[in-house]
Amino acid sequence: MKLKQLEGLLGGLQQFPRPKVELEQYPTGPHIASRMLYTAENSFDDVSNKVVADFGCGCGTLGVAAALLGAEHVVGFDVDPESLEIASLNAEALELDMDFIQSNVMDLQWRGRVVDTVIMNPPFGTRKKGADMDFLSVALKVASEAVYSLHKTSTRDHVKRAALRDFNASNAEVLCELRYDVPQLYKFHKKKEVDIAVDLWRFVPASL
Amino acid sequence: MRLLTHNMLSSNIKGVTNGFPLRIEAEKVVEKVVEMNADFLKKMFEKIDWKAFADASRAMGYAELPEEADSSMLESDEFLQRYHHALLELHLEEGALICPETGRRFPVNKGIPNMLLHEDEV
Repeated sequence: MKLKQLEGLLGGLQQFPRPKVELEQYPTGPHIASRMLYTAENSFDDVSNKVVADFGCGCGTLGVAAALLGAEHVVGFDVDPESLEIASLNAEALELDMDFIQSNVMDLQWRGRVVDTVIMNPPFGTRKKGADMDFLSVALKVASEAVYSLHKTSTRDHVKRAALRDFNASNAEVLCELRYDVPQLYKFHKKKEVDIAVDLWRFVPASL
Repeated sequence: MRLLTHNMLSSNIKGVTNGFPLRIEAEKVVEKVVEMNADFLKKMFEKIDWKAFADASRAMGYAELPEEADSSMLESDEFLQRYHHALLELHLEEGALICPETGRRFPVNKGIPNMLLHEDEV
């Protein structure tokens, strides 16, 4: 599938009708989501024929992108039942078989490393400090091959240090810097739309 | 929820030591046909807990998997078909997952298990 085609399909997905600020629900735009999964597949072979988990999947954009690129099994995790219902409809509309689990990513217990690749757009931790690092810590324990994640560019050094030193990653690499446009979703947003710089990361978990 | 997902999750309640496998209570199972990927099945065979998988498939009303399996069986097309069907084509649509240690029920509605914990379970 071509990048443009992937981006087009993701652009048609339904997003949060009533975003919840406490969960930092910001949709992953089709531009970022398509590039993230396209790179994972075409540069690293981390998607097709793999088991992929989407942490904090929201309306399922990243997971849907993985399924469209040929992931064999995709599971999306989120605490919010409304988001999961939309995610499930999004998958159905594109005739994709995906699983969804309502759970806090931090509370799950895993049997072994069945998941190959974790993809996520974690809460950046502006509301709950360190939330993105909590997600990353779990992802690096669950994935056997790679973790793709987005983090604010302003936290780049911190992310790298934590991944390598505290979470035991064997590699942590910024693949590219992207602009994340945050539309004015919430009342506390003063400007109509702001652009923040985010890094697309690829982490390799420590080998077992 | 497919049985592949079931095979990777344990009960997550605080204090539970033997949370795997979650017992399946199936009220409604749906089948969705997907293309078979033999290479994927062979790779997954190494990662699957077969006993839990075979038991789970029976709980879903499918009794065609052997109790035990070894990798030589992967040469058989018939075995692969059954393994594929149970792993990726059966979906638990309505029912529950039950913690084997505490008996706590995690309900499954519209195919989505609710594994959110209560405050005293975290």
